[in-house]
Amino acid sequence: MNKQSPECCGGGETKEQQLLAWIQAHREEKGLALPALQKAQELYGYLPVEAQRIVARALDKPLTEIYGIATFYSQFSLVPKGRNCISVCLGTACYVKGGGRIYELLQQKLGIAGGGCTEDGRFSLDACRCLGCCGMAPVIMINDDVYGNLTGDELDAILSKYE
Amino acid sequence: MYRSYVMVCSGQTCGNTLSDRIAEEFEVQIKLAGLRQEVQVLRGGCLGICGSGPNVAVFPEGTLYSHVKLEDVAELVAEHLLKGKKVNRLLYDENEATNTVRSLSETAFYKKQMRVALRNCGVINPRSIEEYIARDGYAALEKALTRMTPDEVVETVLASGLRGRGGAGFPTGLKWKFASGNRGNVQKYVCCNADEGDPGAFMDRSVLEGDPHTVIEAMAVAAYAIGADTGYVYVRAEYPVAVKHLTLAIEQAKSAGLLGKNIFGTDFSFNLHIKLGAGAFVCGEETALMTSIEGKRGEPHPRPPFPAVKGLFESPTILNNVETLANICPIILNGAEWFSAMGSEKSKGTKVFALGGKIKNTGLVEVPMGTTLREIVEEIGGGIPNGKAFKAAQTGGPSGGCIPASLIDIPIDYDNLLSIGTMMGSGGLIVMDEDTCMVDIAKFFLEFTVEESCGKCTPCRVGTKRLLELLNKITDGRGTMEDLDRIEELAAFIKSNSLCGLGQTAPNPVLSTLRYFRDEYVEHIVHRHCPAGVCRELLQYTIDPVKCHGCTACARACPAHAIVGSPKNPHTIDTAKCIKCGGCIEKCRFDAISRH
Repeated sequence: MNKQSPECCGGGETKEQQLLAWIQAHREEKGLALPALQKAQELYGYLPVEAQRIVARALDKPLTEIYGIATFYSQFSLVPKGRNCISVCLGTACYVKGGGRIYELLQQKLGIAGGGCTEDGRFSLDACRCLGCCGMAPVIMINDDVYGNLTGDELDAILSKYE
Repeated sequence: MYRSYVMVCSGQTCGNTLSDRIAEEFEVQIKLAGLRQEVQVLRGGCLGICGSGPNVAVFPEGTLYSHVKLEDVAELVAEHLLKGKKVNRLLYDENEATNTVRSLSETAFYKKQMRVALRNCGVINPRSIEEYIARDGYAALEKALTRMTPDEVVETVLASGLRGRGGAGFPTGLKWKFASGNRGNVQKYVCCNADEGDPGAFMDRSVLEGDPHTVIEAMAVAAYAIGADTGYVYVRAEYPVAVKHLTLAIEQAKSAGLLGKNIFGTDFSFNLHIKLGAGAFVCGEETALMTSIEGKRGEPHPRPPFPAVKGLFESPTILNNVETLANICPIILNGAEWFSAMGSEKSKGTKVFALGGKIKNTGLVEVPMGTTLREIVEEIGGGIPNGKAFKAAQTGGPSGGCIPASLIDIPIDYDNLLSIGTMMGSGGLIVMDEDTCMVDIAKFFLEFTVEESCGKCTPCRVGTKRLLELLNKITDGRGTMEDLDRIEELAAFIKSNSLCGLGQTAPNPVLSTLRYFRDEYVEHIVHRHCPAGVCRELLQYTIDPVKCHGCTACARACPAHAIVGSPKNPHTIDTAKCIKCGGCIEKCRFDAISRH
């Protein structure tokens, strides 16, 4: 059981083992498919088909049903994300205060379209719906950091903080 | 007891601007000043004035400091806490010209407000169950369990006139009554809708962050009223602070015996679970939300059967929104008459609005139902910045519509808003000024619903897309007057044929802007002109050769290299190359570039 694989992270367990252990521990809960996929995404960073298959087998559900859930919710990604995920808020308050322009500027600066990932894997860029920080609109979020009251001039300095 | 309390707002907006480190710095500086026995630092919930965060309030005097930076803390401790002198330069000042010094409750922002749902937000430490209990926390549950029958609880809520704060305004007591039959013989559920998906609305987030116990307590009261023993809070994963505070609060309530078996020594038992959403707007619809809690694709299904009959896991279920629940405990404690004395004839109590957009004071405001839009925008909100004119306010998010300037004196309640073609929604109130294009705003909301439509029914999935195409045609300068008729026809079809509330209300932003700003649509179609200067395809940028100094700032900023000219000579824009991004206007210091 001590076999070390390149997939390994923390405690000598593979992601698969960690995922299965989590599902086992929560087996009694109703409606486990969605939380299990959330756990899988947390472990893998996205939802590769292998991860979906693990969830499907463990919950004894068809893969199509799991895939159906994975593609329904915007939180899930079927493709790998960049090391740093940029979300540009396009909620109403940000939109009327120029969030769309910030989104465009970031696309230009990174040379990728919305939903894309830079070739070096440093950044991925998405628009999102209201982060609830309307008081500091327009707002972007990089990983868990939120930057508000943006004009566009500060973007280079902000991006340079992330490797 | 302490002499002073420093309350550092730790709502998500302030939290993102380093309020946690500011609180730590206060602790360090207070210790250095030898005031540890006299001053306590609290991490409070949202104070509501998010636009001026990070906010720090000092009690008991209620002095409010805004835009506080880490390096300001030492000064605040030395001056205010040690010497008792207010630091004028950091005082929250809603009117820079007068520079008057005010305490929290005297500011125009707070003066007109009446806080029921937000009564504890920014006042107690949301991480402390003791502080919640000190403010009558869990007294409503105790009263309900030990001195009221379940039917009396239902009747009280019914008599209060409380209506659902999440959107449609269905009477909460009636919902409870429908689910209250056959108590004790069937499995029932109580759910809380904290999937606050309306862009521009964040009141539920603030309640969960600032006063999580009130949601837990109200859900327990609801469970007692209908005879349920299990509850679920369905909360957006995008609200990490809310999830953290709620998780902690549930643990505290469990260890205090306020959740679990035999609460207050009665035979009532209640367990509460958190379910995280995964980013689907449609899950704010009740049947879709329950399907999502079941771990499936969050698609809605037809009603009847209503959830009160057959809801979560096929059992009778009630679903209430966070703000609705935040009103329950005060109603139980103070009685139905107390609550129904507030508000207008058919809309009782107060409503929390998330004030945002082109307005001076952004943040959360709670006012009695029936307060006019003018009072909210001009008095509490401080008016429109930069001397611009108020054009419209949008309520109800993607399901709502706009209130034009001509109706600014309308008292805001459920029925008035419906009669003018919008709706209360969850309470997002986005203010727009003359620079906002109403066709563009309609498009913005429709893009939202197109993306968030779950795809289950055709009128919504295909209809909203076709509607958006018609709008795009107009903003691209290809529209015809017949398109307006087609929009109205299609909108009526989508409204009457969609399966759930998302589709049934999706055309509202279009219909509402068309009703009040038809001229603007016509201007786009007939004159190929966007009066607000927003719709890109209809814009032209030109440089005034008289005003241009040839500083080259615009040419350097232009991503399309469309601006030509030599230094110190007037520049010109190659309209064929121009992508109309507007970057040049922002860079020009001489006001030489115009957009029309």
